[in-house]
Amino acid sequence: MSPLPATGVGLSLDDKHIKARAAAETRQDAFFRGLLFAAAALVLLVLGAAAASMLWGGRQAFATFGWNFIVSDEWDAVGRQFGAFVPIYGTLVSSAIAMVIAIPVSFGIALFLTEIAPTWLRGPVAAAIELLAGIPSIIYGMWGLFSFVPFMAASVLPWVNRNLGDAPWIGPLFRGPPLGIGMLTAGIVLGVMVIPFISSVMRDVFLTVPASLKESAYALGSTTWEVVWNVVLPYTRSAVVGGIFLGLGRALGETMAVTFVLGNAHQLNKSLLMPGNSIAATIANEFTEADSDIYLSSLIALGFLLFIVTFIVLAIARLMLYNLARKEGR
Amino acid sequence: MVAAMQCNFPEIFPPYSDGPIFDGHLAKGYCMMRLFGSRFFGLRYLAALAACACAVQGALATDVTGAGSTFVYPLLSQWSSDYSTATGTKVNYQSIGSGGGIAQIKAATVDFGASDKPLASEELAQFGLAQFPIVIGGVVPVVNIEGVAPGQLRLDGEVLARIYLGAITQWNDPAIVALNPGLKLSGDAISVVHRSDGSGTTFNFVNYLSKISPDWRAKVGEGTSVQWPAGVGGKGNEGVAAYVKQIKNSIGYVELEYALKTGMSYTALKNHTGNFVQPGLESFEAAAASANWAGAKDFNLVITDAPGANAWPIAASVFVIVYRQPKDPGRSKAAFEFFRWALEKGQIRAKELNYVALPTSLVQNVEKYWASEIK
Repeated sequence: MSPLPATGVGLSLDDKHIKARAAAETRQDAFFRGLLFAAAALVLLVLGAAAASMLWGGRQAFATFGWNFIVSDEWDAVGRQFGAFVPIYGTLVSSAIAMVIAIPVSFGIALFLTEIAPTWLRGPVAAAIELLAGIPSIIYGMWGLFSFVPFMAASVLPWVNRNLGDAPWIGPLFRGPPLGIGMLTAGIVLGVMVIPFISSVMRDVFLTVPASLKESAYALGSTTWEVVWNVVLPYTRSAVVGGIFLGLGRALGETMAVTFVLGNAHQLNKSLLMPGNSIAATIANEFTEADSDIYLSSLIALGFLLFIVTFIVLAIARLMLYNLARKEGR
Repeated sequence: MVAAMQCNFPEIFPPYSDGPIFDGHLAKGYCMMRLFGSRFFGLRYLAALAACACAVQGALATDVTGAGSTFVYPLLSQWSSDYSTATGTKVNYQSIGSGGGIAQIKAATVDFGASDKPLASEELAQFGLAQFPIVIGGVVPVVNIEGVAPGQLRLDGEVLARIYLGAITQWNDPAIVALNPGLKLSGDAISVVHRSDGSGTTFNFVNYLSKISPDWRAKVGEGTSVQWPAGVGGKGNEGVAAYVKQIKNSIGYVELEYALKTGMSYTALKNHTGNFVQPGLESFEAAAASANWAGAKDFNLVITDAPGANAWPIAASVFVIVYRQPKDPGRSKAAFEFFRWALEKGQIRAKELNYVALPTSLVQNVEKYWASEIK
């Protein structure tokens, strides 16, 4: 009846009980720790195993072509000469175009949703962005091919040709027949694809900025832009960069949407209007009919290179963040 | 056993879905959520396992598995369902591409492979394999030029090769105009469209160009995928068809089915005897009938540039590859019963799907080959 036991016997009994419980909890803790460690180790194991198996599968290509595999732009299945420069170049350039488009737009979306939009609009727009993130890439590819490519060919590219084609420095990038299919189109489609990823991360982290910080800045007479540039961005910088690189990672490895609109031609072209190729698109296109060992090995080696390219890009991001953090610490 | 490995996988992992490596973390999380968020995930998984187990038991009876050419897939799957209704034997065909089909039959993981490209006799002998043609199809050049109706533009192999080499760049090039007196052609630049993926369609197309043009043979050669000197690559027949439809003044090549279905302007071609022929079942059949099958050991013959007066110059045959001495005679026997049925009774279906049946003389040749070569 009473909440506390009255007798000494009762106390010692309970003492035993508490000890047993403590021991059990220690065991459970250890077990839980082991479980979490295993989960983390699994990621490393899978990553390492995937990289190693691709390196092993591509060993014949690396052994046969050596450094030439990375710098040669030849991709000849009949003559069995393979070089990955065109796909590597196409992957990097199309992703770069995507980033040029996606970063400012995402920043604008996130800013609008957290600072400017009326409250009733924030929920629906945020939900729409998250829905966009869930659309399969093949849908983007088909939209790109059947709706966006004709629009580019008929309206955008002729304008680009006329107005940018003769510009100094960047002119050669924008000169060429208005096919509609090519690096620029692929970059734009990729940009649209990664906007939801980057903007939803940005929105989430902008929301974490303490209201008191922003209100202080407003109280000092800052404009909305000044508040965002001097308070919100510095506060969330590392997470914003993280979001951008999440989007970049997706753009680098995107396969189906790119293969529909990139043109899939193993040709090196200065012009962004001309077709090119990307690593993921090459693998998706050619894997089924790779009819010689060296061909198959070259495709797997391409997969390994994509791994390396992504790794280098992410490493650069880490380095940038590290330098930023150090500067602030000083 | 093979059936067990293949069954239900396409449902769980659709082909060409982005692997987890390439997906962003968000997408990965989303997928996991979808998989495990479903209360019935475990149940469904068990059901899939059970289905696999059933398939294994079925496979131990007389089921036949094959893999290879995507070109022949619509026909083989139709045959398979007809045959299953007629006899109860199931034929499981995976359209993984000709190269994959050849690899699978060499590894003996399937009962037959199907390929758009014949294997050389030496290669067949090395692996103890035999091959025979099963059906005829063809490759058709298609163009998108304003004011040019289907079948109106006339080309020959030499001009086609020079267009694909990037040597002829305008539709009013003298070589094209000479073949088309009376047709008004503008000076617009030609956009070349080719396949981006390796394919039997490409193999037959470039094989023809190699036969006609020494220049093509020297610079590009032949194969299921080649180093294209010019143009953009579309994925699959549908990809090429979509590109040709969207890019003005373009030229591409697709299988007949796609040329007819999409209403594109196919071209007439000059054949070996100098006649201009229209693509169609009759001209494909003429090519198959006039080809010199009797002189080809193991049917190792590509029927492009066939000698018949009405023969379409880029006709193609699909080959089935089997073991001469099968490791599992029961399943092999079931496979042959299926192919015998297909050659004798299934050819009406072929016509419905715009494939060409083998000419009667060739069917007899194939049956003779079975009797003499396969134990």
